Amino acid sequence: MLSRTAERLYWFGRYVERAEATARLINVNASLSLDLPQAPDRIWANLIGITGSSKAFRRKHGKADEGSVMRFMLGDEFNPASLAHSVRMARENARVSREIMPLASWTTINELHLYVRNNANQGMKRDRRHQYLNTVIMFCSQITGLLFSGMSHGNAYSFVRSGRNLERADMSSRVIDMGYLDLQTRADEDSEALDDLLWSSVLHSLSSYQIYRQHVKERVNGEDVVNFLLKYEDLPRSVLHCLGEIRARFARLPENRLPLQSLERAREQVESADVVSLMEDNKLRGFIDETQKALIALHGEVERAWFAPE
Amino acid sequence: MKLDHYPAGDYYDELLTPRRRARPGFGRLVKTIRRMSYEDLAQRRHDAELAISTMGITFSLSGKQGNIDRDWPYDIIPRVILKEEWQRIEQGLAQRLTALNLFITDIYNERKIIKDKRFPVHLIETSENFRKECMGMKPALGVWAHICGSDLIRGRDGTVYVLEDNLRVPSGVSYMLENRRLTKLAFPELFEGYSVMHLSNYTIQLFDVLSSISPRPMEYPEIVVLTPGIYNSAYFEHSSLARQMGAELVEGSDLMVGGDDCVYMKTIDGPARVDVIYRRIDDMFLDPEAFRKDSLLGAPGLLRAWRKGNVGLANAPGAGVADDKAVYTYVPEMIRYYLGEEPLLPNVPSYRCEDKKQREHVLANLARLVVKPVNASGGYGIFIGAQASRRQRDAMARMIRAASRNYIAQPIVELSTAPTLREQRIEPRHVDLRPFILQGNRCYVTPGGLTRVALRRGSLVVNSSQGGGSKDTWVVANKGGK
Repeated sequence: MLSRTAERLYWFGRYVERAEATARLINVNASLSLDLPQAPDRIWANLIGITGSSKAFRRKHGKADEGSVMRFMLGDEFNPASLAHSVRMARENARVSREIMPLASWTTINELHLYVRNNANQGMKRDRRHQYLNTVIMFCSQITGLLFSGMSHGNAYSFVRSGRNLERADMSSRVIDMGYLDLQTRADEDSEALDDLLWSSVLHSLSSYQIYRQHVKERVNGEDVVNFLLKYEDLPRSVLHCLGEIRARFARLPENRLPLQSLERAREQVESADVVSLMEDNKLRGFIDETQKALIALHGEVERAWFAPE
Repeated sequence: MKLDHYPAGDYYDELLTPRRRARPGFGRLVKTIRRMSYEDLAQRRHDAELAISTMGITFSLSGKQGNIDRDWPYDIIPRVILKEEWQRIEQGLAQRLTALNLFITDIYNERKIIKDKRFPVHLIETSENFRKECMGMKPALGVWAHICGSDLIRGRDGTVYVLEDNLRVPSGVSYMLENRRLTKLAFPELFEGYSVMHLSNYTIQLFDVLSSISPRPMEYPEIVVLTPGIYNSAYFEHSSLARQMGAELVEGSDLMVGGDDCVYMKTIDGPARVDVIYRRIDDMFLDPEAFRKDSLLGAPGLLRAWRKGNVGLANAPGAGVADDKAVYTYVPEMIRYYLGEEPLLPNVPSYRCEDKKQREHVLANLARLVVKPVNASGGYGIFIGAQASRRQRDAMARMIRAASRNYIAQPIVELSTAPTLREQRIEPRHVDLRPFILQGNRCYVTPGGLTRVALRRGSLVVNSSQGGGSKDTWVVANKGGK
């Protein structure tokens, strides 16, 4: 297959996943802001932080509150982390590779694009937001399913899937930050209840709460949640699971030596992490940064191997 | 929908007689439409429009703010033709393309038609679409224009004329296919009692034609569709044809020509040999090494590879020499010369402005004529005398005198009309028809083609870039629908 097509499909996978993850993240944070009415703006600021766009946000809006964050995260086409941007880019990438994918998935991405554009005001309204975002999530799941069951599981699909899982691993590692929400009022709060709430929210953001309860007998707590999200192989959104998916896909592709090496490095890094002591020594955030760097390096190898061959 | 006020007598109407009766064979269809309410028809239109936006059937217009993607304009009432009539048209089109391809081969080789004084050499010497780089070339099967889109119009007396032949990169065929799909989806009961010739094998035929010019004899030649990219107005079509043929959709930067003068595309497995390129970019942008140096759309060396016979190009470079409107006026002559046959389809009567006598006639009658630049498409640059001011006519006359080779003139053909659903009622709108003709190891004509509609009342401009719409086109095999 064409290198250019491979690149488009990879980004298509990434953007669909990013759109879905963003919708879920906003939903969970909106719910959290109702549970913690004393500091909603901190929650919103933290959401911007998770998506890595604090600087761009400050330049544009200054102070974070519900209105400005929603505008920035939902409809702002110039924000690369916004829902509108992800959906538009997913569609653009599908548009230039639609001869490869099943017609039904192209139709669905189009419907999603029209839905997001025509109903943007729904997302701004508190009482409509949940419904709006859930519809987006449903569309994304539908696209994922259509590709799974309607597309040849050959090279083209491998690129969609690698893109999706790389994006997913990236998002899972970022969302862990939510558990560290720094509330000025923290000291006054019942600290344990707050931890429960925050770490549960982390799990909900990655639709992993239920699986956690089924598999981790301990009550919800920071160490176990982080360990679970990084390393639990059966969890579809754990970093290790995603890397495993990518490995299986890379293995089927030609010229895969360097990407596979880079992948193994990332895997080892995550696998060998001692989460308990990292958290005790207050080094978890540094570790998350390292993980992000490893994922960026992995993306670089993918580009060099398949998208820009000599 | 009542048709009592439908002005069927003003022009030739494709569906209704001047007394508003259905033309023979289409009684049932007209009856169905008469029985439906406006709301019901509008609902069908709404369903079709929804499908158009969700399926992303678009074309792009270039405007001041860059390119805009527009939903494809489609009218739910099909344009109909009886098969008996169609068969004659089909033969006429095949005859025409055969002669055109013989002409192009002749022009780039022996030039017998010029030596025999049946065609003036200076039309070649002054043609913008003549490519000296193609001299001496004999492409596979003697075919230069593998895909041709000819525009047909019907005059007031019912005669069908060929208005022009598009031999470079004719577009529209995917919209023809989509229009049929939309009618099936939004208006299925209309098909009842009719046997409409289906279009579903067009891309199979296209694939066969492209395969037939592969330089390597093999079962599955590597065929690619070369597009200028997402910003081209026909990108939807490029993508759709590639998908339906299972061919790669490539851009110039995906291709390279190796030291062996073969064409390769850049894939995740490394370079892969390309056998046939269905190119949807103009000659001048095809190969910066041979043509425009600043082209970023093509790939350097393509012409070299083609000349060496290492890759098939459809349509071949230089094929446009026969799609100049001054050359067009000689097509009936070509048919007689190369095939020894009388043309089955007439040209629109045309005046060559470069001929002194004809030019004087044109200048004296500008107000009643249409003047066309010989080298433009998309309806651009057309001068309609009847709608021009005195000053505009004078300006046109000066342009004709200054560069007479660049213009032809034709009497205004009052295009036929077809019933079209507008606000609250059905009104006649002018239509043309673009069938697509394929030539490789055999000839294939699409049953019907793309009917384009001038949506503004009274307008004769059907081009989608200028506010035109479209209709599904039915070639109906039986007369069963009484």
